[in-house]
This record gives sequence, C-alpha cells and structure tokens, in this order.
Amino acid sequence: MRFHPNDVQRRSRGAAAALFLTVVFLMGSFFRAQVLQHRRYAIAAEENRLREVPLAAARGLILDRRGAVIAENIPGYTVSVLAHREDSLLAVLGRVAKIIPMASGQIELVSRRFRRGSSRPTVILSSASFDLVSRLEEYRLQFPGLIIQETPKRYYPDGAAVAALVGYTGEISDDELGAEAFSGYKPGQQVGKGGIEKQYETRLRGREGVRFVQVDARGRVVRNADAETTLLPEPAAALITNIDLDLQRYVAGIFGDSLTGAVVALDPSTGDVLALHSAPTFDPNRFVGGIPVAYWRQLNDDPRKPLLSKALQGRYPPGSTWKLATSVTALELGLVTMDERMAVPCTGAFQYGNRPFKCHLARGHGTLNLQQAIEQSCDVYFYQLGLRIGLQRLIAGGVKLGGGSRSGIDLPNDNRPSFPTEPFADYFNRKYGARGWSGNSPSLNLAIGQGENSQTVVNLARFYTALANGGDAMTPHVVQAEPERTRLFELDSATLDGVRAALAGVVSRGTAAASQIQGVVLAGKTGTAQSGRFVNGTELDHAWFAGFAPAVAPKIVVAVMIEYGGHGTRAARIASKIIEHYLKAAPTQFLKTEGE
Amino acid sequence: MRRAIGVDFPLVGLALLLSIMGVAAVYSAGQTDVSTGLANLWRTQSLYLALGLGAAWMVSRISVRALDHFTPPIYIGTLLALVLLLFVGRGAGTGQHSKSWIYISGVSIGQPSELAKIAAVIMLAKVLAGRSGAPQSLAELARPALVIGVPWVLIMLQPDLGTGLVFIGIFFAMLFWAGTDWTLLVLAASPVVSLVLAFNTGIWGAWFILLVALVFYARPHILESVATVAANLVTGVAAPIIWASLSPYQQRRLLVFLDPSSDPLKGGYHVMQSQIAIGSGGWFGKGFTSGTQKRLGYLPEQQTDFIFPVIGEELGFVGVAVVLALFAWLMLRCIRVAGRSTSPFASLVAFGLVSMIFVHVLINVGMTIGVMPITGIPLPFFSYGGSFMLTCWLTVGLLVRLSIEGRGRADSLVI
Repeated sequence: MRFHPNDVQRRSRGAAAALFLTVVFLMGSFFRAQVLQHRRYAIAAEENRLREVPLAAARGLILDRRGAVIAENIPGYTVSVLAHREDSLLAVLGRVAKIIPMASGQIELVSRRFRRGSSRPTVILSSASFDLVSRLEEYRLQFPGLIIQETPKRYYPDGAAVAALVGYTGEISDDELGAEAFSGYKPGQQVGKGGIEKQYETRLRGREGVRFVQVDARGRVVRNADAETTLLPEPAAALITNIDLDLQRYVAGIFGDSLTGAVVALDPSTGDVLALHSAPTFDPNRFVGGIPVAYWRQLNDDPRKPLLSKALQGRYPPGSTWKLATSVTALELGLVTMDERMAVPCTGAFQYGNRPFKCHLARGHGTLNLQQAIEQSCDVYFYQLGLRIGLQRLIAGGVKLGGGSRSGIDLPNDNRPSFPTEPFADYFNRKYGARGWSGNSPSLNLAIGQGENSQTVVNLARFYTALANGGDAMTPHVVQAEPERTRLFELDSATLDGVRAALAGVVSRGTAAASQIQGVVLAGKTGTAQSGRFVNGTELDHAWFAGFAPAVAPKIVVAVMIEYGGHGTRAARIASKIIEHYLKAAPTQFLKTEGE
Repeated sequence: MRRAIGVDFPLVGLALLLSIMGVAAVYSAGQTDVSTGLANLWRTQSLYLALGLGAAWMVSRISVRALDHFTPPIYIGTLLALVLLLFVGRGAGTGQHSKSWIYISGVSIGQPSELAKIAAVIMLAKVLAGRSGAPQSLAELARPALVIGVPWVLIMLQPDLGTGLVFIGIFFAMLFWAGTDWTLLVLAASPVVSLVLAFNTGIWGAWFILLVALVFYARPHILESVATVAANLVTGVAAPIIWASLSPYQQRRLLVFLDPSSDPLKGGYHVMQSQIAIGSGGWFGKGFTSGTQKRLGYLPEQQTDFIFPVIGEELGFVGVAVVLALFAWLMLRCIRVAGRSTSPFASLVAFGLVSMIFVHVLINVGMTIGVMPITGIPLPFFSYGGSFMLTCWLTVGLLVRLSIEGRGRADSLVI
C-alpha cells in the first residue's frame, strides 16, 4: 500500500475537523450545564448536601389570672431519621426496633410520616425517655441518619383538672395539613388539639427554628453546616387567662371520678371564665407525643364519654332553670307582675285539653304569686304563664334571651343550643308534621324548660350573668379580652329586685334551702330536668343549678349540671360549695395588664 | 529522505501535563468527608506514572521496523492472554461482573484488554499496509474485520462493552485513514445503525430509504448490496419483534449482560449526580478539593470512570475547557505524526493510536455529562489505574518513535 501525500493531507484535515467538532460539541454540553443551567444544578447540589432539621419552638406558657402555671414545657427528646428513600428508612427502623420494641402499626405510622415530607427528618419517637435515648446513643454508629434532639415537651401540672379547659397538643394531622388555617405548618409539628391549645394555637406556637446538617450520599449526617445558617427557634409569649386555677382545682376535686357533669363559673361583671370543668375528665399529659393506643381505646369505649365536653358540647334540657327565661319574657311584656297569682291553684297537676300536666310536688303548692312560684318551682303556675304568653312570644322571648345561640366563649366546640327557630310554625311542622302538634300545647312544656329546648352549660351560665347584671349578658372569655355585653332584657328596678329576691328565696327557703352559705346571700335556681332515659321504669333526671352570689353586686355566676344526677338540690349543694370557696378565698391580685 | 532527529517535545509535554493534572485530580478525589479509602491513591498513581514514563522511554527505543517484525507474535500473545482471562479473570471496581483482571496469587496484575488495544492497532496496521490498496468492498473488509473481531469477541465475552466500543472506533478510524470509501464504511456499519434506530419505526424508515439511496449511489457488488439491505431489514424489523416477545425480565437480563452498568435506576442516578457535580461548578468551580458532591460521596467511582466531574465541579467550565483543549492539542499533534510518517504501517499505527485516545475521551467525558451511554471506560492520563496509565504512556512512547522516524522536522506544519 502506498499513501499519496495529497490523500494524507486531505484525511488529516478531515480527522482534524472531526476532532474539532467533537471538542466543540463536548464543550457546548459543559457550557450548557455549567453556565446556562448553573443555578439549577447549584441548587440541586445544595439540596443534596444540606438537610434541614427543624428546631421546635417552646409553646407559650398558659397562666391563670394570678400567674399560676396551667401549661408549661419540660425537656423531652425527639428521635428522628434522615433518609432519602423509604427502604433505607425502614432498614434503620428495623435496627432500631431491636433496641426499642416497636409495634408494626408504629412502623407504618412512621412510613406515612415519611411519605408526607421526606425532605425533613422523619420523627420516630416524639417523646422518648432519657433512658431510651441513652441506649440509642450507645449504638450510635449503627444508625446512619439518626437524629436525637432535645425538644420542649408540653406538660400540664394539674393534668386532668384542667383538661376540659386547655385541651392538649399532638402531631398535626393530614386533614389539618390540608387546611388553610394551618398553611405554613409542616408534617411532624405539634399543634393544639383542643381547648385553649387549639383556640390560641397562633399565639402559642412560637416560631420554629431550623438547623442545617450536611449529609453524605447515603444520608448519613456528616456534620452541622455553618452556624450562621442556623435559625434559632423563638418561643411564644405566655398566654394569661382569666382562669382561677385554685377554683378550677377545687371544682375538679368536687367532681372527682364518679360524677358526670359540668361546671362553668363566670365573673358576671366581665364575662371572665373563672373555672370550666367537665367530668369525667382525662389526662392531657398522656396525649402529648402520641396517645397510647390502650388509653385512647379506654377513653372512647367509656360510656360516660370523657372526651366530650359536658360544659361546651353536651346539650341538656334546662328544666326549671329556664323558668327564669319564661318569667323575664312575661315580665318584660307586662303580662304578669311578681305578685300576681294564677287563676288555677296548684293541686299537683294542671288539666289542659284532655291531658293532665303534673307538678313536681304531687300534693300541690296551692295558690302562689310569681315570686313564690319561682322559689317553689311550681310547674302549674308556669304552665298557665306559658299559655298566657303564647307559643309565638314564648319562643321569640327564648331566642331574644340567647336560648338558640352559641355562648360565644373563646374555646373550640362551643355547641349551639337546640331551641325552636323562627318562624316557629315551620319549625314544628318540620319536626312533627302539620298534624303532629296543635295550638299552644308546646307552650306548657317550654315554659318549664322541657320540650324543644336543650341548653349547653356555658350558655345557661351566660344567661344567668344577665340575671345577675340586671339585663346585660356577658360573653364568656377564657383569655383576657374587652368585656362584651349584650342587653338581653329591660326591666324596671323594682321588678329586678323582685326577681333577685325570688332567686335568693330559692336558696333561703325554697328548693335549694339546704345550700345556704354563712354570711352570703346566694341567688339561684334549681332544675330537675327529664332526660328521656328510663331505668327500671323511673325516668332519670339531670340535676341543674344556676345562680350567682352575692345576690346584690354579684361576683360570681355558676352553672352546675350533673348528668342523670337526680334532683337539682344536688347540683345546688355543689354550686354553693364552689361559690363559698371562691368568695371566702383570700383577696387576689390579678395579673391584668395596665390599661386593659 | 531526511530523518528528523529529536523527540516530539510538545507531544510528550502535553501528555506529561495531562498526567500531572490527572494525579492532582486523583488526589482531590481522595479528599472526602466520608471514608472512601481513596485518600492515598494519588501516591500509587504517581508511581504508575513513573513506570509509564519508563516504559514509554523504552518503547521509543524500538524502531518501526522491529515493531513491524514483532507485531504477529505480540498480537497472538495478546489473544492467548484474553482467552486465558475468560477462565481466570476476575472483576474489580466498576466492572465487578466482568472478568477483565488477571490475578496472580491474589495480587492483581493488570487488565490485558488495555494492552490488547495497542496490539490490535499494530496488527490491523500491518494487515492493511500489506494490501495493495485500501479495501473497497465488503469482502475485502473481511480480513481486517477478523483482526479486530477476534479480540473484540473475547472482550465482549468478559463482558466489557466500553472496551469493545473502543475497538470498533479504532477499526473504522483506521479504515478511513487507509483510504476506504466512506460509503463502504457506512454500509458496513448500517446493520448496527438499523438495530439502534429500530425502536422508532419512522426514524428507521427514513434511515432505510437513505441506505437504499446510498447503495444505488455507491453501486457495490450486487450480492453485497442485497446482503446489506437484507441485514438492515433483519436488524431493523425482526429485532424489535423478537425484542418485544421477550419478557421485561429477559430484556433486562440481556441489557445487563451487554452492559453491566445499564441498571436503569442505578445508572440514571449516577449520571444525575455527575451532572449536578458538573453543573454546580459554574464558571470557575468550587475550588480544588472542595467539591461538595465529591466530598460527600455522591459521585460514583470518582477516582476512575467519573474523575472528570471532579474537575468540572472543582475547576468549573474554565477547567473543563482547558483540559479538553489540551486533549485536542495532543490529538492534533498525533494526527500530524500520522501525516508525517514515511511508511503506511507507521502512519496507520499513529492514526490508530490517536483514534484510541479519541474514543476514550469522547465516551468518558460524554458519559459524565449525559450525552453518551454509561459504559465504564476510563479517561486517558486521568483515571486511576496501572494498566491504563501504562497503555497511555506506551502509546506516547510509540508515537514519539513514529515521530522521530517521520518526514521533516518534528515541528514542521503539515496540517
């Protein structure tokens, strides 16, 4: 073979051209990645390298009106894992499970957490004990990507005594993450799940901090990134409530474990919630960092429903405590005076149409005026008063007095009482059909607080602030706020004095005569409300008492309800103890801010 | 004829500069935040470089005549080594599945397939130079194809797709240099092109029409025309049908057999991390030894196959451009050696060697940026490894000798 120089020259040029084009092509590829798309790749490299580890902020303290601690934070430990793939997370979990026993459900839960947000460390244990953490630390090298952090943990020193009030905290749920109210929240964060914790979440949460760690290709933490990139968490300021923790403890103590019911105590001049309790209660401390399954089941299976707030959610026929609403409606309309007697004296029952309506006193009260009828809680008197007012005005009056609206308390789950809406004819037609009711007959039951009327304990307490104030109802406030008054009725002062005297008479010589307090005039009304539940042929009654003290210039309004508690006198005894405790306690210095 | 005296110093200087940069890159690849066991490799690599320099000096003492004379025994010996390898070879590094390493009593001695490339180049040069003219028909291509085909098959049996690709590149480049018509080369390569394009009917159809047009334009022997078109039909039409009848599991087995690194998840992840390393380097890089992708172990095989992303990440586009420019300069120098050679054998050897370097650079660098498939093929003068460093410097030594025996002064312009 012979190579002609011209051929060689030509092929050399061809080869050089191919070489040149190849190098230009390669350089172009690198230019595109390194110069044109540099930002994108630089971010990808940082995301590869850095993982954010959230630093939980301490939630704000919850204090009572004197500064006593209702909710605080204690040191706790969170164990989490940084993993870039689910199988590596599961591998770490498998090894951790050899040291800490883990239920299969728990592993599933951790997997779900990982799928919700894999860029942040996945929480394995949100409240680990010191013992457990030190055992894990021993095996540190076996666990790449394991992060053990000291995190503030919520603690309620009074536990069950404040549960109905404060609620509890827990990990944010999938539903909450999707809700607008929780925009900005991230999976794994702790949020308020009930009570004050939920209502004041935004004020209590503080600002989460963040720390960056460098991880290698297998997700193992290599070291903390530069300190200046760390954002320290900001704890939230303390939340000062109107609660009187001393009274709250006392209330919870009275109820103990055996009684079912609720208490709401308000300051009638401001609407401050002094105490709020629902029994039976639960231990909110056991809810923090994940509720043990057995405890959750126990609470849910309990027929007394500890998780349902009897003060806010539970609705009960108000019984005779409602007779004050009937009285005020009639008095305001000028249909009756405090001294007026009804046409038919009480003989233990009242004949209406072809049916007798019974009074609670079988032998009858004889002839009474309105004041005596309130003191003795005479049903026959109120049947006739109800008929005189008439169904339409009776319902309109109840609505005006707040019988159909929420109390407006600053807590979640403030239930709307069940009360006929207007126009009432439509309401009854809808409920019973056009022929299921007739004329005025519902008035008889409504007048004595039975029938189409179920009130929440907190809403009844609100109504009694109006009685205590002479017409102004105060919206209940757990946390300090501008007092909100609503004018419910207008009565002249003589009539008001009469009403007050009647309520005082209930305690001094009427149905609650056993509940007097030495040196204090207590005004209130018992209620023994038919529940519709029968045991051995006898109907069980809810025991009610709502009242205030002192009768003149009242300092406290209390509503007590005992579910299936029998006669109202039982509730009255509890209310009188609470009021006595409150009024006889040493004068207190309130933690009110200047100018508020 | 005047014999030029002296060594092609620019050629040696460029190779030395690239090698020193390579040792620096290997050093940087060992500087990590996670334990990789690579920290001291740069010392070993320096030793390999010294050995390579010595080998290059010795090879440059061998005359082209002697080389020509000893080509058949070298070639046969290499083939025997490759056959032996199929029985005693073991995997290492990226190629865990491939039997490309020779071990003697547990100590790895090297990869014969690296040296086989040089053996194949000189043998093919000898065969082509012995002909009266360049092969001008498919039948005439049979012998040269056999020279490359035997070692190629032995290497594909290891299996080592990357090295196999280098053989194919060398084959076509040397035929081009020998003067074979480009249409014949296209026709010879066409069945493989059909196989690759077969997965898109439209594109394959267009290619097939082009091919038929080329057959009419070039007018090869009638039997060869028919054979070429038939081969294209088989690979372009039958192959996809057969492929489709395989279960996904079998398809993957086949792909993994052809290319052990073709595990889609793993391979895709590696290319992505490599691109992130390169792209995040920007204009000037993150600074020598401070690449985060490298330090935290995101780069696979950062001391061998993926050493170029280390340069891209730490020295940026400027560093990449400098290295590629140096490679281009070196290869231009080599093409000049081929152009100045006094005998067809010498010229073909020189061009075969430069095409070997070219294919290595193109596939390795292209792989790191995602424009070439991942085949596990090292970057000359940079990738860590004794056999490969030795091969690279043997190449330089041969080229220096070819340059010494070439026409005119070493630095006289031909191109």
